[in-house]
Formats: sequence, C-alpha cells, structure tokens
Amino acid sequence: MSMRIEATVLERDVDVSLEVAAGETVAILGPNGAGKSTVLAAIAGVLRPDSGRATLGDDVLFDLSSAAWRPAHARGVALLAQDPLLFPHLSVVDNVAFGPRSAGRTRSQSRSTAATWLEAVDAADLADRRPSELSGGQAQRIAVARALAAEPRLLMLDEPMAALDITVVPAVRQLLRRVLADRTAVIVTHDVLDALLLADRVVVMEGGRIVEQGPTREVLERPRSAFGASIAGLNLVRGRVDGGAVRTPEGLVVSGLSDEDLAPDATALAVFSPSAVSIFVQRPTGSPRNVIAATVTELEPRGAQVRVRAGAISADVTAPVVAELDLAPGTGVFLAVKASEVAIYGA
Amino acid sequence: MKRLALIVAALLTLAGCSQPDVPERDSDSAPQKTLTVFAAASLQGAFTEIGKRFEDDTHGVKVKFNFAGSADLVAQIEQGAPADVFASADAANMTKAMDADLIGGQAQDFATNTLEIATPPGNPADIESLKDLSDPDVKVVLCASQVPCGAAAAKVEKVTGVDIKPVSEEQSVTDVLGKVISGEADAGLVYVTDVKAAGSKVHGVPFRDAGRVVNTYPVAAVRHAKDESLAAYFVDYLARPDAQSVLAAFGFGKP
Amino acid sequence: MPRWVLLPAALGAAFIVLPLAALATRVEWTHFFALISSDSSQAALWLSLRTSAASTVLCVVLGVPMALVLARTSFRGQSFVRSIVLLPLVLPPVVGGIALLYTFGRKGLLGETIDVLGLQIAFSTTAVVIAQTFVALPFMVVSLEGTLRTAGERYEVVAATLGARPTTVLRRVTLPLVLPGLAAGAVLSFARALGEFGATITFAGSLEGVTRTLPLEIYLQRETDPDAAVALSLLLVVVAVLVIGLVRGARSSAP
Repeated sequence: MSMRIEATVLERDVDVSLEVAAGETVAILGPNGAGKSTVLAAIAGVLRPDSGRATLGDDVLFDLSSAAWRPAHARGVALLAQDPLLFPHLSVVDNVAFGPRSAGRTRSQSRSTAATWLEAVDAADLADRRPSELSGGQAQRIAVARALAAEPRLLMLDEPMAALDITVVPAVRQLLRRVLADRTAVIVTHDVLDALLLADRVVVMEGGRIVEQGPTREVLERPRSAFGASIAGLNLVRGRVDGGAVRTPEGLVVSGLSDEDLAPDATALAVFSPSAVSIFVQRPTGSPRNVIAATVTELEPRGAQVRVRAGAISADVTAPVVAELDLAPGTGVFLAVKASEVAIYGA
Repeated sequence: MKRLALIVAALLTLAGCSQPDVPERDSDSAPQKTLTVFAAASLQGAFTEIGKRFEDDTHGVKVKFNFAGSADLVAQIEQGAPADVFASADAANMTKAMDADLIGGQAQDFATNTLEIATPPGNPADIESLKDLSDPDVKVVLCASQVPCGAAAAKVEKVTGVDIKPVSEEQSVTDVLGKVISGEADAGLVYVTDVKAAGSKVHGVPFRDAGRVVNTYPVAAVRHAKDESLAAYFVDYLARPDAQSVLAAFGFGKP
Repeated sequence: MPRWVLLPAALGAAFIVLPLAALATRVEWTHFFALISSDSSQAALWLSLRTSAASTVLCVVLGVPMALVLARTSFRGQSFVRSIVLLPLVLPPVVGGIALLYTFGRKGLLGETIDVLGLQIAFSTTAVVIAQTFVALPFMVVSLEGTLRTAGERYEVVAATLGARPTTVLRRVTLPLVLPGLAAGAVLSFARALGEFGATITFAGSLEGVTRTLPLEIYLQRETDPDAAVALSLLLVVVAVLVIGLVRGARSSAP
C-alpha cells in the first residue's frame, strides 16, 4: 500500500513531498522543529495542511484543491507516539482490542485478536494489567500491539523510543525491526541506529523542507546535508558472526554485545560511536578490548573535538590528545574500543 | 457660618459619624434623639410619611425604620436588635412578642386592613367575585397560612364557604403581587392597602364579605427602649387624626 | 508553604464549621424527629430530592455537550459565550427567577409556544426543575470543561487513528477519562439544586408537594415555627453532606 503526500503548512513553514512505497519503511531524520511530526500529523488526519494532496493506495486521504478530507478514523493510518498513551481506564487487553472493537468486531473477537498481538510483542502475560502497572518499555510494547491490532494500512512511529529508559531501547528496537519488516511505515527519529536498522530509506528534513533522501546506508555514509553529516560518521563494521564478534572478509574482528540470537556465520553489523574509540600510538595491553591497527588518513576539527579518520573507522578525540600523540595523516596508530560499547545486529 | 456648619454636618453624616454633637438648627441645646421603629412591611408607605410628620412635630427627633415581615421582626428583636417601637401586621405576632417578654407597656390597635382580589391589569380572567376564585381554571395565588395575609385568606374562605384551590401559597404579599403583576396568576388575595400601593400594575376587585375578616395592626413600645417616653409618644401619635389621615390615604381602616 | 498560613486557614475553617455547629445546638433534639417527619416536611424533602435529581440529569444532558464545545473547539466570541454561560453563578437567584418568568411564563418569550404545545410550566414541578437547572448548570460546565482541558486531546487523537469514530471516541475514551470531573460536576449541580431558593420562589411559586422544596419550607416554617425551621435546616445540611460523602466514597473506592 503506497503512500504519497504533498503538503504545505504555512503556520509551521512546512512544505514537503514524500512518497513511501508499499512495504517500505522510511525514516524521517532531522533536528527538532524541522517539521517531522507535522508531516505525520497531516498524514494521520490530525492536522489540516493549507494545501496539498495525499493518497494511500487508491484512497485519497485529502485533496485540498477540492476540499476532500477523509477523517482520521477512516484513514487506516495508525500513529505510535513517544508516549505510549495507553487508555488508563482500560486493561492492557482492552487497550489492544480497542482498534478491532472500533472496527465493529464483537467483544470476544476483539479480545482474541488482542491476545494474538500481545503474544506477538511478547506481552501475553500482561493482558490483565492496568496501564499504570506497566514499566515504560512494557507500555510501549503494548502500544505497538494496539497500533498493529487496528490493522493499519500505514504505520507511523513518532520517536517511539525517545521516552524509554536506555536499558530497554534495544529490546523495543528489536521488536520494531520484526514488526516493520514488509510493512508500509514511516518512523520519525533522532537516532541514526533506528534509521540504520529499521528503515529502507532515509529522508532528512531541515527547516520544514526535505533536504536529502536516499537509501539509508548511502545517506549515512555520504551525507550531503548538514544534519546528515552531523549524525553520520557512526562506525559500521559489516561481516559475519563469529562467536560474540563480527569478522570481516579482511580479517578484522570486532567483539560486541547483542540482544539477538545470532546464527554463526550470519551477516551482521557491528556498530559503535566515534566517541567510544580511543587512540594509541603503541599497542595497548591489558583490558579486554578491540584493538585495530590503522593509519590516520584525515583530521577533521569539529569544535573542541577532532575527528580522526583511519581507514573506515573514525574516532573523536580532543585537540590536546592530537597534539600529544602528534597525529597527522600517515601516522600509524592503534584504535581501541571496549566490547561493551559495540552493538552487534543481524543485517 | 451657618452654611459651614451644615457642610460639616453633611460631611460627618457621610463619614458615618454619629451626630449628637452637631448643634440643632433651631438652636435647641438638647442633643438629637433617634427613634427606631420596627414595622410590618405593609406599613412602609404610610409610616414613611408619618415618620416625616413626627420628626417635624417633635423638632429634631430622627425616626429610623426597619420594614420586614412581622415574624422576622419579632425574631430580630428577640436577638437583641435595637428597636424602640414594634408595629405588627397582626395580633398573633404581637402576642408572640409579648409572650417572649419583649414588649413594655400596652399594645394599641392603630389600623385595620381587609382583603381584596388583585388581578393583572384588564382582569383577563374576568374575576368579579370571590366565588370566581373557586373555578379550577382560574389560577389563584394566596399567601401561605403561616403568614398573616394567608391566615386572613383562610378565614375568608371559612366564613364565606368558598373553597379556593391555589396554584401557589406564597411567602409574602410581595410574592403574591409579583405573580399577579407578571400575569402568571389570574388572581391573588392581598390587602386593600397592597392593591392601592401597587397602583396601575394590578387591578383591584373588592368582594362582598371582605369586611367580615378584619386584620388589626397593633403597635407597642419595646421593653428597654432607649427612650421609653419617646417610644410611648410615637405609639400615641399613631392614634392622632394627623397619622390616621395618612393611614386612611394608604387604604387602612380605623381600628 | 509558610507556617503562618495555618492561622487564617484555621480561621476560615472555623468560619464555616461554627455556624453549622451553632445550628446543631439550637435543635430541639427531643422533638427533632417529630419536626422533620411532619407531612409537610416529608413532602418538601421528597420533592427536593426528586427535583434535584431531575435537574442533575438535565445538567449532565446539557452540560456535557456545552463543556465539550467550550473545551474542544475554538470560535470567535468563545470567551464571551463562556462568560454568559457562567452568568448564573454570579447572578442573584431572584434575578434568574425573574428572567425565567419572562422566558417560560405565560406572558414570556416562549409562553405562547409552550401554551400551544399544551404544556403548563408555571406553578408546576417542572418549573422547579427548570429553576434549579438554570442555577446548577454552570457548575457542571465549569467542572467538566476544566477536566477536559487538563485531560487534553492526545488520547482522543490516538483513539481516532485506531479507527474509532468521533462518537465512539466520546463514549469509550473522552467520557471515561473525565469521569471524575463529571462526577464532581454532578455532585456540585445536585447540591446547588438542593439549596436553590430564590429562583424557585420567584419563578415556580410555593405549594406543598408541588413546588415547595425544602429551602422554601424552611423559610416558611420560620414564620410560625422556628424550631421546625432549625430542624429542617439541619436535615438539609445532613442530606447535602451525605450526597457529597457518598460520591467521594464511591470515587475513592473506584480503581
């Protein structure tokens, strides 16, 4: 079910044209106030743009040139927000059954649908709880189940993990990965990892306009917009699973942590931030960490920090460190990163 | 100088100061006296006029009035309100005051009042007699039997044998008149004096047996009045031709 | 909070509790049950409970949509409309009664229409319910609008994107969420209707079993039987406390 929107919202200075192919997940990245949530609101039917047109499959969601407007409840577009917003007066199972009930299903039919979806998000045991008795991560799982139980033709997620405790983010991200596969979806996020792991395509918004879009890896590796550049640069090492590590065809081995059960030899991605990388001139000894020998190729000052590129890996260090180690293009260095700072995902 | 004194007096009055120290116009060196009269609400028009004449006659006595329902007045005096004279709209409330030991001296009847039918202007329901009020299609409002005008109405029904089924039994004459003036009710039974006071807003229909139920207004000095002789003087004053002519002008009968 | 706040707070509490306590001390306990179980008292109490319940239902039926419109829409002149809706809160009830008279009365704005429909509002129990609803409705609107605004629209948006039609959203999300505000509004409305006096006596009249509610009965009993008035006053206080207490209890025991 493909989605297409062209819309202008004068009050928020938003003017976008966006397309999502059937079964595709598009991530919208961008700084605060870029107009990402406004786009979602217009698609959901919660906000009325000043002009434009949107379609979902063969249905016209709105066409303001002819004043056509399909109300939110008739769009088949579910919106999952930062807060789970579970109805506090309903039990978990009744929250999930809300969509089917609204679609006219009987109480028992709706409940059994709800049970299926609770099972799918690994929350069947929470069915009889009240939302007030749930943790943040549990509540967001239920919210996912509730959105899916409504059988939306388009699923939209507005920073679904921004309000979660950092410790439960990986598990919820795993769940979303499962849920979004082959589903037409739009996810608004701040986090590059979300874009990388959940989206097929990335759209970068700045100042109410789409400034860049393309396949996720392409945008992250060769950003053309300022925001794309600021979030890109995450270290990605692609290879095959080897124990608790990823082994590249070139023989580089990076150990890390994973929440998934990864089959040996499966394709996987080791991801870590440049700020987690330390630089040494002599091979460090002792503590258990990944050490990679490399040659400095580029120094890029970024405010108080300097981004040191050494082949495919980047490290962020302070200027005094650069001076002390006398780093320059051509210097041979050892890059070290703790295994606990590396996340491994199946790819 | 005189003018200045007047201005000062006015200012003092405005400022809420008591006035006894301000010299009298007639250079009478006696301090000004105040007489407080608690009187039934139906007496408001007549007593305001009588009060003026009394002030003129007594050279500077100031008469203050408190008009309310007779039962309210008894309750107020009982709670220690500063009354010198109590004029009741019926004997029952005067008896109540006497039983409560609130009255000094004798009560004297100074006026009477009888009932009259009041209808909206133009008399839309064509009320001509008391008997017309028993027609179930006629909306009649009476005073509740707990208040003097209602007690009088009940007596009228008893002596004439006319059975009135009111749509409402109001708290006071004012409430009965309100319903009649607004046209909600076709007729009400109130005092002759009330019909007179309402002027053109209501139409009065006298009825034959009205004279058989006469309501008497007694007046008495209150025990512990500030100036008992002045209070007694006011009580006597009401019997004088001067006061009686004012009462007659407002529709009251002689005792 | 500074500690000195406790002193004026305690004074304020005493200011409310003391008169109620004083009322209790004046009750003739030996005759209390005889006084409150007289036919007229029973009729007044039963009428008050019935009419207040009916007004509360009307307040819910009319007040919930009004609160929704005020809280969930914006239109030109909305704050003006809100002020008008809240006017009965500050209006003397007597003024409300007069206004109702000129609206629903025989000679009123809608009088002829009502007449054509064959309805009789004046001097009927319906008039009492109308008067009570008029003064109580703003309590429902104020209470509920506040709760609606606090609750916000986020849950309603979620419900809509899950496919719920506006009526379903109202029934299954909005109303359950604001139930505490709705209950508070209903209790306030009931209590206000129970205490309503001025608009009722002006608009509906006073007839035992038909329009004479408990407050009117108390006011009338004061004329002849102050003991009965005090006993009934206490009864009214007890009923009001019971109503508020019951609802509080029901709310705090709810999950």
